Amino acid sequence: MAVSKNAWLTGLRYRGGDNMLVWMLHRISGLAMVLFVGAHILSSFFTQQLGSTWGIALNTIYESPYFQIFLYFFVIFHVINGLRIILLDFFPKLLEYQRELTWLEWIIFIPIFGLSVFITVIKILNGG
Amino acid sequence: MRTRTVPQPAMSFEYTLWIFTRISGLGMLGLGLIGFVTALIMNARNLLDMNTLLRWSFFPNPNHVVNSNIPDISPGWSNAYWQVMEMLIVFFGISHGFNGLRVIIEDFIGHSLWQTILRGAVFLLWLFFLIIAVYVILAS
Repeated sequence: MAVSKNAWLTGLRYRGGDNMLVWMLHRISGLAMVLFVGAHILSSFFTQQLGSTWGIALNTIYESPYFQIFLYFFVIFHVINGLRIILLDFFPKLLEYQRELTWLEWIIFIPIFGLSVFITVIKILNGG
Repeated sequence: MRTRTVPQPAMSFEYTLWIFTRISGLGMLGLGLIGFVTALIMNARNLLDMNTLLRWSFFPNPNHVVNSNIPDISPGWSNAYWQVMEMLIVFFGISHGFNGLRVIIEDFIGHSLWQTILRGAVFLLWLFFLIIAVYVILAS
């Protein structure tokens, strides 16, 4: 295949489909959670040991409901997708049905995430 | 369907961490569930609300949040059981996370000197966060 002038578009048109999307989201959510848990640990250390306002400020950021909506997405998605990966690793015969398993994953994910967002939005509307 | 030959699994570095990722992922869910149930057994129903209980199940430490009322219940619950639970969750979480970071980094750089350098950097970060976390847990 000749090198296309529109390498970016070719890359975007790569036919990974649903499974490539969840693979990318798994990585992005994993990185986000490393940052998030790292911030948790640093902020609890600074708050507990030094009583610093810096720790409280970091805490206020990651406890704000706007931040939490993103966090819910990353955590819930990472957990459900991780369970799908473990299932496929331990029962390789299911690889025949991996597209269906990805759909099932979204079917499980959407109500849980939707409920979390619903509760959080109500919390925001009630004034944080 | 075409078949391909793959090397037999052996206890290599990558294989050990691969299986560790699975075990720690399931382990964190299991520890959260155990924490949830044992908190309810320890009268969590009358001590804290649902949000705080869920938060407590996965991070049983009063020092990491300011807006929840976890500090109110901490005097009765700052015992060895919750400290061990928290240390297990923190160990699994940090190791799982930094191993994932290592895997992503090494996907992008391949085998080179940078791999060694960045692997060392991730190892040091892992150690740093583990020590800080255990320090916070033991001091609370």
